[in-house]
Amino acid sequence: MNQAGFPILSLLLAVPMIGGALCLFVSASAARWVALVATLVDLALGAWLWGNYQVGGAQWQFVEQLGILGPFEWALGIDGIALMLILLTLFLMPICIAASWTAIEKRVQEYMACFLLMETLMIGVFCAQDIFLFYLFFEGGLIPMYLIIGIWGGAQRIYASYKFFLYTLLGSVLMLIAILWMVNFAGTASIPTLLVTDFPVDAQTWLWLAFFASFAVKMPMWPVHTWLPDAHVQAPTAGSVILAGVLLKMGGYGFVRFSLPMFPEASAELLWLIMGLSMIAVVYTSLVALVQRDMKKLIAYSSVAHMAFVTIGLFAFNHQGLDGALVVMLSHGLVSGALFLCVGVIYDRLHTREIDRYGGLSTNMPAYATLFMLFTMASVGLPGTSGFVGEFLSLVGAYQISTTVAAVATTGIVLGAAYMLYLYWRVAYGKQVNTDAAAMPDLNLRELAMLGSIGLAVLWMGFYPESFMAPMRKDVGVLIARVERAKPAGDARIRLAAAHPAKPVAGEHE
Amino acid sequence: MIESLLLSLPEIILSSAAMLLMLVAAYAGDRSARLVTWLAVLSFAAAALFVPGIRDAGGSGFDGLFLGDRFAAFSKIVVYASAAISLIAADSWFSREGQYRAEYPVLILLSGVGMGMMVSAGDLLILYVGLELQSLAAYVLASFQRRDNRSAEAGLKYFVLGALASGILLYGISLLYGFTGSTLFTDVANVIGQQTASPGGLSTGLLFGLVFALAGLAFKVSAVPFHMWTPDVYEGAPTPVTAFFASAPKVAAMALLTRLAVSAMGPATFEWRQIVIFMALASTVLGGVAAIGQVNIKRLLAYSSINNIGFALIGLAAATPDGVSSVLFYMAVYVVMTLGSFLVVLRMRDENGQPVESIAALSGLSRTRPLIAAAMAMFMFSLAGIPPLMGFWPKFYVFKAAVAADLTWLAAVGIATSVIGAYYYLKIVKVMYFDEPAPAFERSRDWVEGLLIAAAALFVSPIGFPLINPILTASANAAGALF
Repeated sequence: MNQAGFPILSLLLAVPMIGGALCLFVSASAARWVALVATLVDLALGAWLWGNYQVGGAQWQFVEQLGILGPFEWALGIDGIALMLILLTLFLMPICIAASWTAIEKRVQEYMACFLLMETLMIGVFCAQDIFLFYLFFEGGLIPMYLIIGIWGGAQRIYASYKFFLYTLLGSVLMLIAILWMVNFAGTASIPTLLVTDFPVDAQTWLWLAFFASFAVKMPMWPVHTWLPDAHVQAPTAGSVILAGVLLKMGGYGFVRFSLPMFPEASAELLWLIMGLSMIAVVYTSLVALVQRDMKKLIAYSSVAHMAFVTIGLFAFNHQGLDGALVVMLSHGLVSGALFLCVGVIYDRLHTREIDRYGGLSTNMPAYATLFMLFTMASVGLPGTSGFVGEFLSLVGAYQISTTVAAVATTGIVLGAAYMLYLYWRVAYGKQVNTDAAAMPDLNLRELAMLGSIGLAVLWMGFYPESFMAPMRKDVGVLIARVERAKPAGDARIRLAAAHPAKPVAGEHE
Repeated sequence: MIESLLLSLPEIILSSAAMLLMLVAAYAGDRSARLVTWLAVLSFAAAALFVPGIRDAGGSGFDGLFLGDRFAAFSKIVVYASAAISLIAADSWFSREGQYRAEYPVLILLSGVGMGMMVSAGDLLILYVGLELQSLAAYVLASFQRRDNRSAEAGLKYFVLGALASGILLYGISLLYGFTGSTLFTDVANVIGQQTASPGGLSTGLLFGLVFALAGLAFKVSAVPFHMWTPDVYEGAPTPVTAFFASAPKVAAMALLTRLAVSAMGPATFEWRQIVIFMALASTVLGGVAAIGQVNIKRLLAYSSINNIGFALIGLAAATPDGVSSVLFYMAVYVVMTLGSFLVVLRMRDENGQPVESIAALSGLSRTRPLIAAAMAMFMFSLAGIPPLMGFWPKFYVFKAAVAADLTWLAAVGIATSVIGAYYYLKIVKVMYFDEPAPAFERSRDWVEGLLIAAAALFVSPIGFPLINPILTASANAAGALF
């Protein structure tokens, strides 16, 4: 048994599942409370998990194996990277439930059940140790999300739900074939074993491409990102938060967990593809974001641009790049989630996402404007917020491998500042031309709690990222050691002294 | 002789039951329809009890003409179970229409005998006799609602095209016989083996025989390009008959095709594999694309069955024990999903009690009948092969077998086409969950049917996962009988 002494990860999966089933049998208002309690209990379990995670300890912790269950094994376990993403999920879920408290009025029971099911599946993706179990969770998430967008979404919801479902399905089915090939080759479906299996180099390219098809869509990378703006705009606020906050992270998690360590040679060989697409994404989607009139669409495009920083950092093959990419993932999960909540707050009041319908909100909604400002700055990457840490490290990492990529990607920061500040300016400052917008009340307690808690996390990650990076450091080290043999030579003329982690070893923080 | 008769005990039970019940029906008239139905269901249960090859490895009888091996046992259990369930569904449906007749269960029983012989055939002529027995009963069933033009048309169409297919098959059989000198599967396989090993390769005549025999059987499993009859017959036939057509005969025909391909033509795998691959991909693509525009739920499910047969054929193309096992597993799960969907379709009646078949009638079902809608949504997601529903696993094993047989490209193309299929399954879910409610269906008080739907829904949900291993073990054992 694991260090917890009981199957904590299964419990983590079971709580929302049971809560979701319960929601279906109670009244609408009770369903809200059941969902909130279930997610909070799960969050408490998550906090306990974080507290008991041994930084620098065994690579796989809280491992449980409940034997073969038909075609797959119920094998769970987490490393630091998975731990952080699980915590992100657990943290965002109660906020999502709170965000839907009054916004969702029809079919509340089914809505809460879908959300809780979603939570189970997302946590499952991050802690599955059997590759088929992983696939099960990975694909299973499509069904509740399809329903969330389709039933509770906006006017174009049906088109958006189809697009979301079919795009992501097409991506992941090819991955299944690759998984089948790998399991056939390696003779095991256990992820820790597959991680150290050396696949033939000529097969790696195909396998890498099949996984890439899936993760690039999930991520999403240019040019397969087009499902994202549609899905985001049409999804209810909480749906957007989950999409941006956690679902997009599955793509990055996939790259870090599968593509890099399992196919190092192919990763190096196809580096040009990743870097090329990322560079286009940073510049192109930033420019697209600049001209959006719909707030949600703008933030959706900014997500694509931010995710490009993740891919650039991940495939930098060095410590800074990987650390940075992982922090961008966490930070983006918080910040974009918070930004969608900010849009949701004013959408609930005025029922429009048109930027021009607002203006001067800092006058009548000062608390809102302050928090919105914080998240805008975090998205821009102001030092002191979580956004800075990740983007800076990714760029440092990328510089070592290609100065061109780093240079192009850095323009994304400038453009990011442009579209975010432009958005903030149009919404919060200026004259109050729209009387209805000027009459909107400021944040209520529920909204303040939602946004405030994310704000605190953003500042924490900005000022002391070590809390979040320490659990992941050893796993990043393992990953670096694994891909070292395929590491491409960079074109930057820097001495390697800078490439070593400047921080003291992790032991200090235990 | 006694052993041979014992091996064919299920067929003997079903034939005697059919004849006895026919007499009951003749004397007691249609009043006895319900009694005859349940007696027929009991006969299927009794026949299933005596299927050889469940506890032991079974054996062959009548000098190899009739095989009672594990392969036959697995197929028969699935066939009998699905025939019995479609019979139960038919009773309540036809009773509402006031057109139920006592011949109906008798015809299903006779069809069951035919299907039993199909999956047990060890000889080309037994194969043909079984197939014809099954088909003749099916032609009558298709036109069972005599006063309904569509039903009559379906029966006629099925008969004409079925007769054509039988002719093609028979021609293929005659060629096989002519060029091998035997109708026994084992002898045919031996001669094909000698020819493929010889420098000249397979003789043209044998090749033709092989192609024609496969084409004839492709008609029965409704694989593209021999699928044309399926949508029309499925739409025209009374719904319970359609449910039957989509389940039991499909399993029997698929099992027959598998046995013929692997046992009788095993040495010529390279030759028939190309045909099977073509049919598989054509079926998955056409079954997916053509279904998109359908407005009638029965037609849509017809294309769905074409699509699914395509995936099962990918397992056959692997031509390995794993592949055959995955085909059987596929058909077993497919039958549950299809019968489940049809049981829901059988419940579709407007407030006047008239059956409706349009997809639009399902609009907003999640609000008017949430439980039925949830069950149907699960069947649809499952048919689309989305995990964590049961329908994912048969596809999984089929592709796994294909990858293990070095047909990775086939698996990749096949799975990509499954996304096309996912679109129209999603459409049903969309209609039920996203659209504004249409007038609610009449409330049904038939608890047996409700129970069956619930059981099927539980089976396709993750709760059914513990059943995967037992079914898979059984199908692997069954596949072992062919190699």
